Amino acid sequence: MRHTFRETWSGLKRNMSMTIAVIVTMTVSLTLFGLSVMTFQEVDRVKGRWYDKIEISVFLCTADSAGTSKSGNCEPGQDTSDVQRENIRTRLEQNPDVQEVFYESKQDAYDDYRRTYADSPLLDSLTVDQMQDSYRVKLKDPENYQGVVAEASSLPGVQNVLDLHQVLDPIFSVLNGLKWGTMGMAALLLVAAMLQIGNTIRMSAFTRRREIGIMRLVGASNVYIMLPFLLEALFAGVVSTILSALALFGSYEFLIERNAKVSIKALPWISWSDAWLAVGLVAIVAVVLSIVPTLITTRRYLRV
Amino acid sequence: MITFEDVSKIYAGQTKPALRHINLQIERGEFVFLVGTSGSGKSTFLRLILREYRPTSGRIFVLGKDLGRLHQWKVPALRRQIGTVFQDFRLLPGKTVYENVSFALQVLGRPTSEIRQVVPETIDLVGLSGKEGRQPEELSGGEQQRVAIARAIVNRPKLLIADEPTGNLDPQTSIGIMKLLDRINKRDTTIIMATHDQTIVDQMRRRVIELDQGNLVRDQAKGVYGTA
Repeated sequence: MRHTFRETWSGLKRNMSMTIAVIVTMTVSLTLFGLSVMTFQEVDRVKGRWYDKIEISVFLCTADSAGTSKSGNCEPGQDTSDVQRENIRTRLEQNPDVQEVFYESKQDAYDDYRRTYADSPLLDSLTVDQMQDSYRVKLKDPENYQGVVAEASSLPGVQNVLDLHQVLDPIFSVLNGLKWGTMGMAALLLVAAMLQIGNTIRMSAFTRRREIGIMRLVGASNVYIMLPFLLEALFAGVVSTILSALALFGSYEFLIERNAKVSIKALPWISWSDAWLAVGLVAIVAVVLSIVPTLITTRRYLRV
Repeated sequence: MITFEDVSKIYAGQTKPALRHINLQIERGEFVFLVGTSGSGKSTFLRLILREYRPTSGRIFVLGKDLGRLHQWKVPALRRQIGTVFQDFRLLPGKTVYENVSFALQVLGRPTSEIRQVVPETIDLVGLSGKEGRQPEELSGGEQQRVAIARAIVNRPKLLIADEPTGNLDPQTSIGIMKLLDRINKRDTTIIMATHDQTIVDQMRRRVIELDQGNLVRDQAKGVYGTA
């Protein structure tokens, strides 16, 4: 065992500059990977908060909604008839993606508006008849909305179908881009780190090829021969994990705890447990990252 | 100890066999010279015993093990029972004589107490007492080969394979090495030695196996180098 540690240490010393290069690359890529994990968590959290509340609003016709640019399936000068209302409700309730359908009358909408915008000067000029009857549709899976929207839009007596996805989707596509972008960059850097570790270990094995040759000759076990290299790579992995964990906890503390959570309270933010999870994943990736290329590169020297 | 049953070896990408249908048996305690021109198959023969290569056909038994059925991870265990010496010594520069010899036991994970006892004994046996602290570069060729032999036998192998151990040495020094190998052989270690050294073979009068273009052309007890 003493021999193993001595060999590991002398390998690290001999390859000092390479070891530092590996640690830098690994730290950067692991940190980026951890940040991307946290971005994933944050986007999912925001999505969960907003998407769960999304309902589809199916607005029904009023006498004066026809003839405008948004006349939908309305007949000119007609409210949606009772038969149409019944039909719309039945069709919506039968849709497998729908969980629940509420009816909101003009009066309900009016009351709701008054409550929400109690101080608005517009209130005085607003009458109940200017509001619209609507069905509020709650979905089983908020992600699965296209089918319901399409069906509702085609029904007679429906003036307009509004769903918040139209508003939120562009925001989420930006967030998704961010999330996959960081993950993609992290993945590229991780590959680079992996190749670099492979090369470092290969050099390390090359400088020790005489010793390895004699070890094989006298019958040292493969594990014994490989151990110094594994430990060398693991050393780089552990140091990088520690540095990257510091960077991740640091960015969490300063960006999220001290800034985002204070200034943007409307959004849900990730917590310390999410930061720990990200660091945990970073540690796992670091171990895999150091072991796999080492096993692959040293196999060549151990072939008997 | 060693049995070759109809062993042939053709290297990948070549059509001409390096060894053709070799059948032979080497008993425990024998001292065998392996002779033949360069390219006759001597090295291939030795490497097959060490299980560095597998034969293309035929079966090889070494120390009771069927090498064809020996699992990859059991090869190190086989090699622990075989000592190996080469023409070019293969010592580790930067390590002393003592360290070079003890290295072979260290990497097998042997306890320090055992190493402290066995290594000086072995260095004494090969006649290098007092030179434990020297670096290989400070030694003569013959002395370097003695270090290599010490390393090969420090683990008390049952079989010693020597590939041209006197190839780089002058005749006088070679005789010393041969005396040492003879002593090791008398300690119940089977020795197979590939050589070009006619004088040595003719003087020692041991079993001679001659290979020519992969064929076993002579297997003679108490033989000489050339066909008499």
